[in-house]
Amino acid sequence: MSTIAPEFRLSRFIASLFDIIFWILLIFSLVGLPIVFIILFYIKLPLINGQLLTPYLAMTWLADPSRSVPIIKSFIHTTFFKVAVFPGFGFAALLAAATIFIERKFLAKMQLRVGPLYCGKIEGILQLMGDGLKLMSKEIIIPAKADKPIFWIGPLLFVGTAGAFVSLIPVAPGWVVANPNVGLLAVFATIGFFPIIAVLSAWAANSKWTFIGGLRALHQMISFEIPLILSLLSIVILSGTLNLSQIVESQKHYWWIVFTPISAIVFFITIIAELERIPFDLPEAESEIVAGWLTEFSGMMYGLIQLGTYLKLYAFAGLFTVLFLGGWNGPMVWPPFPEDIVTHGITIGPVTAKFPGLPLFDQEMLNGTLWFVIKTAGVILLILLPRGVFPRIRIDMLLHNGWYKWIGLAFVNIFIALGLLYAGVLGPGGLIH
Amino acid sequence: MTTQLPPGFELEKVDDRIMTLNVGPQHPGSGHMRLIIKVDGDYIVSCDPDPGYVHRGEEKMAEYRNYIQNIPHLERPVIHDSSNILYPYCLAVEDLLGIEVPERAKYVRVIASELNRCIYTLYWLAIYGIFLGHSTMFMWSAGDRELFIDLLEAMSGARVTHAFLVPGGVRNDLPANFEERCLRQVNYFEKRLREYEDIFYQNPLLKARTEDTGILSRTDAIRLGTTGSVLRASGVDFDIRKKEPYDVYENLDFDTVVMKEGDSYARSRVPYLEMFESCRIIKDALRKMPKSGSVRTKLKPNPKGGNDEVYRRIESGRGALGYYIVSNNRPEPYRVKISVGSFRNLICIPYLLKGEKLGNMPAVYWSLNYWPVEADR
Repeated sequence: MSTIAPEFRLSRFIASLFDIIFWILLIFSLVGLPIVFIILFYIKLPLINGQLLTPYLAMTWLADPSRSVPIIKSFIHTTFFKVAVFPGFGFAALLAAATIFIERKFLAKMQLRVGPLYCGKIEGILQLMGDGLKLMSKEIIIPAKADKPIFWIGPLLFVGTAGAFVSLIPVAPGWVVANPNVGLLAVFATIGFFPIIAVLSAWAANSKWTFIGGLRALHQMISFEIPLILSLLSIVILSGTLNLSQIVESQKHYWWIVFTPISAIVFFITIIAELERIPFDLPEAESEIVAGWLTEFSGMMYGLIQLGTYLKLYAFAGLFTVLFLGGWNGPMVWPPFPEDIVTHGITIGPVTAKFPGLPLFDQEMLNGTLWFVIKTAGVILLILLPRGVFPRIRIDMLLHNGWYKWIGLAFVNIFIALGLLYAGVLGPGGLIH
Repeated sequence: MTTQLPPGFELEKVDDRIMTLNVGPQHPGSGHMRLIIKVDGDYIVSCDPDPGYVHRGEEKMAEYRNYIQNIPHLERPVIHDSSNILYPYCLAVEDLLGIEVPERAKYVRVIASELNRCIYTLYWLAIYGIFLGHSTMFMWSAGDRELFIDLLEAMSGARVTHAFLVPGGVRNDLPANFEERCLRQVNYFEKRLREYEDIFYQNPLLKARTEDTGILSRTDAIRLGTTGSVLRASGVDFDIRKKEPYDVYENLDFDTVVMKEGDSYARSRVPYLEMFESCRIIKDALRKMPKSGSVRTKLKPNPKGGNDEVYRRIESGRGALGYYIVSNNRPEPYRVKISVGSFRNLICIPYLLKGEKLGNMPAVYWSLNYWPVEADR
């Protein structure tokens, strides 16, 4: 017989609970509240419905759920929310986490396994959390001869660059963190950073395996970035803009994949190469060069690189959706917001709660997000598929493919796009627009 | 004062172009050995295999145990091919002690040996898959191994180290309904093997990677003294089961797989095609086996070998596997020498890897059907 706490007494347990509650209240009122007021003194508070949002008012509204909607709504439209939660980091990290879980289950089903099973009751759904905790609790070992500042900063730069890439992807009409007019050029500039980070951290680790892996990463990314950029030029020619949101809007009637299938194929293959996934995982080829440029990273540094990789995966899949699959465009399937809730409120028994300021998100945004997520998930599944089917290819085969085949194919579709443009089929004033 | 250092210990001249890589023993692509590889860019200039990390003195240990006590430890070098590594020992000891083996036991031995050959080859194929980055091949063949492991567990009671073959026959008779179960699982396995063809052997990327890499010509294969699948992949029709049939192999219906190319692809394909032949042998043996009878000749306690020496060899998963036993009228052998296929194929590595690309190293190295623990003994 196993006993968890042999000396357990209910009265003592309840007394300790009261103890804890007393200390929490004391610390909150003596330390917590003053800190909140000091912070709020320095922040410019917003005007909501003509009322200045003072701390007391905010707390009153928080206590009354029916009046807290304006606060939430004003928070939603801040830049902070965009960067940290919805089209930015939180949303992307959630999708990336889902991708990791789906990849493991999906690959397991292909390989006649079950995949993660025990962690978190239902099909091992908490496996990722467990892995993250493990990585965080592991010791970070830094090689003695490493160039320490650069070695430390490598994973951070990697995640930062991946986050910058994520911020350029428009998810729904108006919902994008950064919307520069040269959005596509900004994407090229961002992905140009990844080989630099790989070489920097590979060189800084001062090991032979990371050195070879870094050089391989450099070769691979250079030979695949040119076809990647060229394959997207046909989209620019057809839509006449570099702004990603405007490219999505130009696909209201037809997706560009209809006119540029070759570009789409080239872009898809170069995505897999950029992401260093099988069959193009040469920089991390474990049977040849241990783990390539990631060899010396341990603990959470490796975890950060993995996070960055999956953010990058989401961003590339999102970019594919935006450029070829019409982004957020799709039939309106999201039900309209029931207006009764605003006018009459919700009646539960004797209480009628009214929520002024609803809805939080408009119907178009929710519908666009739904279509974007569906399409992106499809692209992500396609990106995951080759890992179960193909072996790794060799570096010379990869360079040969990059410089001979994909560049040529990318050019073919540029000429097709130009032909369509000059024949007057597409473009401004064309037959289909 | 300068002292002459023994070869291999000289200080190396540091060159800007040439980089020395120690692949192993702690490397995901080496096994229990070390390959000292010098690379010039992506090309391998020289390769020096360095085995011996798992030397356990099996031959010396055999001199302190009698002929029956030797059985369990002699199968340790290749625990996933344990029936085959015991087979020549049993044959040699039977010659030495003059034991007749019952007819049924000979068939049971052949079945155990072929089942074990499939287990070994699937394990090898799994690692070949993961060496080339093909994780599905790893999982599939590691999973299908269970079919044969279960069969051998039913036969012998152990899942990995069976110690099933003993001088004078096999340890125990087959369980009830074994024939039926074995036939069903082997038929299912043949169906699975055809799926391997689609996902692995006809994969265009695999073909592009392994074809025309590490070519071993027919003359070189004979000159270097290679054996087993490496020899047959270079176009030499040599299989001990055909050339010097032991037990009941002459009664059974099977072919030798020979390929002419001699490249990594052929070397990786020969063991795969031999699994089909193994299935044929098992099915044929099940058909021709006497349905009842003794499976073990009783030995005297602590039997003594005469003043004699004997050499017997068989075809194992990795090639010819021979035992040379010298006896001097004592219950323990005077000397046991194990000649293994792995060690004889190891010598190809410097020849094959010279001038290859670094990316081809795992593809060539593991196609040699090499098992480091067996090579070290």
